[in-house]
Amino acid sequence: MNDTVKTIGLFGLVALAILFTGLSQSWNAALGILNMGLISAIMAMGVNLQWGFAGLFNVGIMGFVGLGGLATVLVSMPPVPAAWAAGGYDVWEALFVGALSLAAVILIRKRMKPGNLRALVTWVLLIAGFSIYRELFDPARDAIEKVNPALEGYLGGLGLPILLAWPVGGLLAAGAAWVIGKTALGLRSDYLAIATLGIAEIIIAIMKNEDWLARGVKNVNGLPRPLPYEIDLQADPSFVEKAASFGLDPVTASTLYVKLGYSIMFTVVLVIILFLMQRSLHSPWGRMMRAIRDNEDAARAMGKDVTRRHLQIFILGSAICGLAGAMMTTLDGQLTPGTYQPLRYTFLIWVMVIVGGSGNNLGSVLGGFLIWFLWVQVEPFGRWLMELITMGMEPGNALREHLLASAAHMRLLTMGLVMLLMLRFSPRGLLPEK
Amino acid sequence: MDILNTLVLLANFVIVPAVTYGSQLALGALGVTLIYGILRFSNFAHGDTMAFGTMVTVLVTWMLQSWGVSLGPVPTALLALPFGIAVTAGLVLWTDRVVYRFYRKQKAKPVILVIVSMGVMFVMNGLVRFIIGPDDQNFADGARFLIGAREFKEMTGLKEGLAIKASQGLTVLTAVIVVALLFWFLNHTRTGKSMRAYSDNEDLALLSGINPERVVAVTWIIVAALATVAGVLYGLDKSFKPFTYFQLLLPIFAAAIVGGLGSPLGAIAGGFVIAFSEVTITYAWKKAAAYLLPADMAPDGLLQLLAVDYKFAVSFVILVVVLLFKPTGLFKGKSV
Amino acid sequence: MVGGYGRGPDILHGVTLEVDRGEIAVIVGPNGAGKSTAMKAVFGMLNVHTGSVVFNGEDIRELTPQARVAKGMGFVPQTHNIFASMSVEENLEMGAFLRTDDYSETMEQVYDLFPILKEKRHQHAGELSGGQRQQVAVGRALMTKPQLLMLDEPTAGVSPIVMDELFDRIIEVARTGISILMVEQNARQALEIADKGYVLVQGANAHTGSGKQLLADPEVRRSFLGG
Ligand SMILES: Nc1ncnc2c1ncn2[C@@H]1O[C@H](COP(=O)(O)OP(=O)(O)OP(=O)(O)O)[C@@H](O)[C@H]1O
Ligand SMILES: [Mg+2]
Repeated sequence: MNDTVKTIGLFGLVALAILFTGLSQSWNAALGILNMGLISAIMAMGVNLQWGFAGLFNVGIMGFVGLGGLATVLVSMPPVPAAWAAGGYDVWEALFVGALSLAAVILIRKRMKPGNLRALVTWVLLIAGFSIYRELFDPARDAIEKVNPALEGYLGGLGLPILLAWPVGGLLAAGAAWVIGKTALGLRSDYLAIATLGIAEIIIAIMKNEDWLARGVKNVNGLPRPLPYEIDLQADPSFVEKAASFGLDPVTASTLYVKLGYSIMFTVVLVIILFLMQRSLHSPWGRMMRAIRDNEDAARAMGKDVTRRHLQIFILGSAICGLAGAMMTTLDGQLTPGTYQPLRYTFLIWVMVIVGGSGNNLGSVLGGFLIWFLWVQVEPFGRWLMELITMGMEPGNALREHLLASAAHMRLLTMGLVMLLMLRFSPRGLLPEK
Repeated sequence: MDILNTLVLLANFVIVPAVTYGSQLALGALGVTLIYGILRFSNFAHGDTMAFGTMVTVLVTWMLQSWGVSLGPVPTALLALPFGIAVTAGLVLWTDRVVYRFYRKQKAKPVILVIVSMGVMFVMNGLVRFIIGPDDQNFADGARFLIGAREFKEMTGLKEGLAIKASQGLTVLTAVIVVALLFWFLNHTRTGKSMRAYSDNEDLALLSGINPERVVAVTWIIVAALATVAGVLYGLDKSFKPFTYFQLLLPIFAAAIVGGLGSPLGAIAGGFVIAFSEVTITYAWKKAAAYLLPADMAPDGLLQLLAVDYKFAVSFVILVVVLLFKPTGLFKGKSV
Repeated sequence: MVGGYGRGPDILHGVTLEVDRGEIAVIVGPNGAGKSTAMKAVFGMLNVHTGSVVFNGEDIRELTPQARVAKGMGFVPQTHNIFASMSVEENLEMGAFLRTDDYSETMEQVYDLFPILKEKRHQHAGELSGGQRQQVAVGRALMTKPQLLMLDEPTAGVSPIVMDELFDRIIEVARTGISILMVEQNARQALEIADKGYVLVQGANAHTGSGKQLLADPEVRRSFLGG
């Protein structure tokens, strides 16, 4: 009972905060916070699945989110036939050759007895495979990137509905998680952390540099939308009429309509995931996971395949992050690899999980909303605070200018403080695990 | 002649940069490995500690420069360095008191401390951006080159030039001095030995009357010094930008782990392994090959294994390979 | 003493131990009886909520282990009792960490007691044999010049010949006026050299007496000495 009241109270508080934003700033801003809050909540649930249920320490969230973003381009953008003709098939052929030689190396290492011969074969395979790969890949890549570089210069996507990209983003992330998990999961928790940190940087580096794939830092703009465009709505007389009946001008009404549409779609996804997570938490599977988390050795002794379970949950959690990443890019309408930063996409999610309460799904959802709200609102608040502090100083005073200009950096400071205070005084989070 | 040219070419583009970068990584990794050995957690805030120390040094350098203080050919930053170290030591000691000590007393699991260090990382990162801003800052002055490429060519009559930047020479020299001091301290002083004892066997150190809080405090001070020196050297050599320092976390951790977490010697070895691999793998070998191979076999490609943008991938792959084949690192580190 | 580890259940349910100056007291008992726990309790490494620990007439219950070292107590734990990555000599130096006077003389005494250590003084302690490590461990504790030396199974994993040797050394140490409180699995031999003997069972004193008395006690013989 008490718990329920607390949960409802805290969620109510967040709702009030968003409503207040709507009333005092704009409904556009409020819906913006709500939408990113929904996405953050899903990411936080993914991380919570790994950390809260299984004690896996993943600091590569950014990478999985990025893969989700990549999926939107690969699925929804129209293909570029000229680029495919120039080198599309060769690129994939090269990648296939590369993958094949890696597979061969792994096979050899499994099948052959250790020794000089094996080492020799490994090296020959690696070097030969890499040379052939580069021989095929480089010209094909250059050819693709030459095709209409200002607008295209990449292979494009499959031209399918963008909603399809959401599960595909999850799948891409799951694939990457499988590879990482296979190599790093048996290791100590710090090592998994460093490994995931590294892989995330690599994924983002690939997205930034492989122009043939998704235009790199040149960005892909104008992703298709699952919802109508504002312009079209404004041109639609029946919509304008409806808007007028609510007392809204067509421009505001159309933006709100689109944002609200996203809110509904994201809420549906959130509810489905939350429902599945709660179900699994209370299933025998969930109990086993927690038993493993609380005492790995005992679980191992009881014959549980701990590494396998960990792999499973690592893949699932990462897939959820990938899905959320695809949703986010869909909302943005563009893929901008240059904006992926670990503080924002990895560590901020961790703050959400810690503040919300690790091991509790509702806690993660709450943390997602709350921290996202803070993240957005700290900036105006910081500016207001700095203005207050510097009120007494003359305009043009160097310190005053500096303080005002630096207000934007209050965010990180605040997030760190929130996290540290939470860890210290309420380590189990706002909504602790039961 | 061609062989000599190749050697100079390699020295110029591979060996000198890699030795410099390796020294910087080694200093960073030493800090990480000491924290790991004594406090037993991976400190995610280390990159930002480096940034903070460098920032203080940069600010003091600017102040000195505005007063007209100069060391001639040597960068003014060296004069500011002790202030940077002192302020950083103060900050980390204070952080230890208000943040880490609580968890130490509770005997919290290492992973909790790692998460706590993420919080500290946020705060430090914010602090640095708040004070100096997120942009590139230049604070290097003094001589630019020890040897210029043109001078070198005139001197030797070779086709290839060898340029050694003053910052590169300074980095290596400082690193050697700092490392020598550190090892002398750890191996020959009472406090240093007590740190090793504490790292080796905490309970027995207590039974010998070693005061853990003192060991921890000394460790933080040393780590602050190492981080600041590493950061300032990196900043003089390249430039100071807070985000870059955060990104150094990955190669630094890779170096510490590859060498064996908790092993100072390993940290140094790891730093150079990572630096040399990064540089050789992202170097375009075309010109070197052109010298060595007969003219008709000269390659048309750049012979660059990986684009420079993927240098993270190099640290990462080495890290994974070492972890798979030698989980405690090259020099046997601790595994908690 | 009554107490246990952290917030866990009580392990000691009433243990009384006493050693007079220059005496050897030996604790014996089955595995898991709480012998090591009792030693740690005396050294302040766990929570003794009832009872007291008195050293030289002073109640030291509130003191930290380090403070007890400074008061003149030395402890050799049952496991992890050396600094494996440090040289033999450094191990001894760490033993003398709290001393401000010149400890080179004490070190010579330790080397006289355990000549093999002198030979291997620059070798890493972790590279020594089990028996040699025990000597390092005892030597380290002696470096504080303790008035009371506490040894938890100093002969664990040591061959019979070295064991005899170690016992001889321990008697030698006791002759210099150091009190010794020792846990031993080799009950018969230990009790032979003991001035006082304690048999612990399930965290409580079961039998107490001089070494000879306990050796003669038929019940003790039956249950702990194997006939
Ligand atoms: N660090 C600890 N925390 C909690 N309980 C402990 C701890 N160490 C020992 N115990 C428990 O205390 C009890 C007594 O252990 P203790 O080590 O004192 O036995 P012992 O008499 O020394 O046995 P042995 O002859 O095997 O050395 C055991 O049941 C053990 O499980
Ligand atoms: Mg015992």
